[in-house]
Amino acid sequence: MRYLLALPLLVASPAFAQDQTDHAGHHPEASTQKPTDQSGGAASTPDGATSDETMKGMGSMDHSMMDGSMDHGTMDHMQMGHDMGMSHGDSAQTSSDDIPQSPPPPEAFSGPAFAADQYVGADIMAESRAHVVREVSGLPVFWSMADRAEYRARQGRDGYLWDVQGAYGGHTDKFWFKSEGEGNFGEKPESAEIQALWSHAIGPWFDVQAGVRQDLVGPSRTHAVLGIQGLVPYKFEVDAAAFISNKGDVTARIEGELDQRITQRLILQPRAEISLAAQDIPELGVGSGIDRVEAGLRLRYEFAREFAPYIGVAQEWKVGRSADYARAAGEDPSVTNFVVGVRFWF
Amino acid sequence: MPTLNRRKFLSHGTAAAGALGLAHTMPAWARGATGGTLARRGSDVLSGEHLTMTVADAAFQTGRRHGAAVTVNGTLPGPLVRLKEGQDLVVDLVNNSSEGTSIHWHGMLVPFLMDGVPGVTMAAVKPGETFRYKFPIRQAGTYWWHAHTLQEPMGHYGPIVIDPLEPDPFTWDREYVLMLSDWSPMRPMTIMKKLRTQADYFNYHQTTATDDYPLSGAERRMWAKMRMSPTDIADVTGSTYTYLINGHGPQDGLELPFTPGERIRLRIINGSAMTFFNIRMPGLPMTVVQADGQNVQPVETDEFQIGVAETYDVLITPQDAQAFAFVAESIDRSGMGVAMLTSRPGARAPVPALRKPPVLTMADMGMTMGSGAMAGMDHGAMEGMDMGSDESGMKMSGMKMRDTSLLPPDVKAGPGLDMVAMNPVDRMDFPGLGLDNVDHRVLTYKQLVAAKPNPDPRKPTRLKEIHLTANMERYMWSFDGQKFDAVTDKPIRFAFNERVRVRLVNDTMMVHPIHLHGHFFELVNGHDGFQPLKHTVNVQPGGSATFDLTANEPGDWAFHCHLFYHMHQGMFQIVTVRPLQEGAEL
Repeated sequence: MRYLLALPLLVASPAFAQDQTDHAGHHPEASTQKPTDQSGGAASTPDGATSDETMKGMGSMDHSMMDGSMDHGTMDHMQMGHDMGMSHGDSAQTSSDDIPQSPPPPEAFSGPAFAADQYVGADIMAESRAHVVREVSGLPVFWSMADRAEYRARQGRDGYLWDVQGAYGGHTDKFWFKSEGEGNFGEKPESAEIQALWSHAIGPWFDVQAGVRQDLVGPSRTHAVLGIQGLVPYKFEVDAAAFISNKGDVTARIEGELDQRITQRLILQPRAEISLAAQDIPELGVGSGIDRVEAGLRLRYEFAREFAPYIGVAQEWKVGRSADYARAAGEDPSVTNFVVGVRFWF
Repeated sequence: MPTLNRRKFLSHGTAAAGALGLAHTMPAWARGATGGTLARRGSDVLSGEHLTMTVADAAFQTGRRHGAAVTVNGTLPGPLVRLKEGQDLVVDLVNNSSEGTSIHWHGMLVPFLMDGVPGVTMAAVKPGETFRYKFPIRQAGTYWWHAHTLQEPMGHYGPIVIDPLEPDPFTWDREYVLMLSDWSPMRPMTIMKKLRTQADYFNYHQTTATDDYPLSGAERRMWAKMRMSPTDIADVTGSTYTYLINGHGPQDGLELPFTPGERIRLRIINGSAMTFFNIRMPGLPMTVVQADGQNVQPVETDEFQIGVAETYDVLITPQDAQAFAFVAESIDRSGMGVAMLTSRPGARAPVPALRKPPVLTMADMGMTMGSGAMAGMDHGAMEGMDMGSDESGMKMSGMKMRDTSLLPPDVKAGPGLDMVAMNPVDRMDFPGLGLDNVDHRVLTYKQLVAAKPNPDPRKPTRLKEIHLTANMERYMWSFDGQKFDAVTDKPIRFAFNERVRVRLVNDTMMVHPIHLHGHFFELVNGHDGFQPLKHTVNVQPGGSATFDLTANEPGDWAFHCHLFYHMHQGMFQIVTVRPLQEGAEL
């Protein structure tokens, strides 16, 4: 994509590019001819040896030093009569053994906290420092992604689905939002929700997320959300959340997905999602226990990291009492979707 | 020589006017979306006691990439500052750009107020404002300068060469300064956002179902189980970077003329934001004579890996062939910078193909067992390990990937730490990721021996251990598990003239170029009394590196990982040297 965008500029630029090349050719930068008298004479080196001797020393060095060993004779010539065996590993560590890891001496704590303050001005430096501390400690970034935005071909009416999320913040604390929804074309959305969460790192791999979820279709529901999102061993991305609605209903959802690279740009993504409920919620068609299971396999091609169209298949099952509710409503509790969509972020 | 003419031209203080003049000749289409003019490639030379360096918004184009840039005096890189040891220097930094700016004199011994780090030694120079740097030149060698702001990766950097009072203990007929860098059409904030959103965003060398990496199924499952990647070599790659040599991309045809038989000094500076390079000239051995501006005893090699912010000076003597390729291959092998040494204009040597990307090994996880196990880890060794499931961290024969009980108490084991090196050993004999199994010589830190005896023979009185910590998935980087915002008022403290041994332990699987401002430290690499002096040290993955420091420069000094986006995610600290001395402000 970048290349394509750059193309119009290139088309316009050959004359100038030519000029640049010529310029470069005629002025090899930073090239200077050294006066030849530098090479004459036996100039004294700082350690007392003449340059002739130094060059000789170089000549007699063992050049096959790949194994870390050196010619002792040469080193003696350099007045380094000590252990030059240079064994692999931690010679430095060994010789550091008798050096204590003690705190700095008292005078290291003397004087001003910030040395530049008294010369530049404490106010000016405080402002500059605040700016730089922010800049070198991980500035907040904003990111937003549609992990799934897809067309779903299936028996009956075809449908659509979106699954987007985004975040703004630093390394460990972020404002996080999520939205999911799906439906059939030509009908009202079957489900749609949005979540606003505070996300906080609780370890190298996991964030705890807490906030609210608002359902946008069906009976009005607001939920409190508590979840965990992160990366488990084998690089599965996992998002598990529990919800308590303003009606007291408790539900939960666990999602996992894995990126399996076929090539650098072709990626197969297995995905699974399980919805759970602690009680029957008849008006929502939800039965207690396992409510819904979805398993999917999507194959995407990353034209850019940010833009990857995909195809795939997603199988949904309503389970247990939920399946009964579905049948009662004249729906099939098991639906196979053939999906085509695009994963993108910015 | 055109160079000399330009030098004279610039010494009259008309650099800014020159850059503006160029702006007027620029056709409208050549001006970037930022309103800046297209940067010229390569540096002009600035010499003398009073220089003017003018920062401006610009655009840059290389190959098929085009985007926003920042120039100093109209070029990318900015001017080569050529000085003489013992002279005084005044630099007027003029900010004609739209962002705050500064110049840090990387590797130079300056009073701390001249060090150019906003928030630490000065306030950023605002658009339209000017800042005057003034300090004496107390050293010689190859160094560089760069902004200590978000402008750095956009082009705000350039070389410094300081000619010594006493001639160097080696001779040469011709010299070239080669400044390596990585330029992206994406702005730094955009790159940062991508990394934070998806840490492997730029990595197109990942393990896949169809790759041919030498990894067994068990090893692949082990990496997945650890939630880590064996191909996490570079965070930002050739997928967005064009690797530049003196502002020239691989297709820009940079030529370095030579006369067969003459000895050439190459001053190689890695001014990249994020890229380690493997440097080689196929068919041409090189003799390393200087590292980080300080002379070392000459050592011949065929290749070396240069960390971000390091410099190496090498001597070469090209003979028979008409051309030699100078290749700077990125550590992850996603791209390269190329220049051509030519004995006649237009001569070309074959450019070697990119080699296969390396994969991380047990040693990079900090699991080296004893000596000899380091180079060329046997991948099969991992297969025998216990892959049994475990709830807290990856257990392998009783070994955990994140055993926080191994950490000293002052290391914070929070969300920002995803790994603890179990057995971090000194890795100064490691040539660098991907270079431990090549069939030619590769330089290691163990081979660096100072040309002069170390100035301070005292034994260190104490040991300070600092852990390099990270969470790759969250893209958090820190020292001792704490980002800079958590330790702003808890600096790393040294007493003036104190002799301290500092041990850096890398609890991550990436190599970090750690830079201490305002000082040289000595790598503890077995050459007692002749330890090489450096300003930047690479700490290999899962390993440690140790240096001795005489803290003899009072003030506040930045201490950070020189990978730009690691520094900006928290891997930054302040070193204080107290008491301050009277007159520290010059």
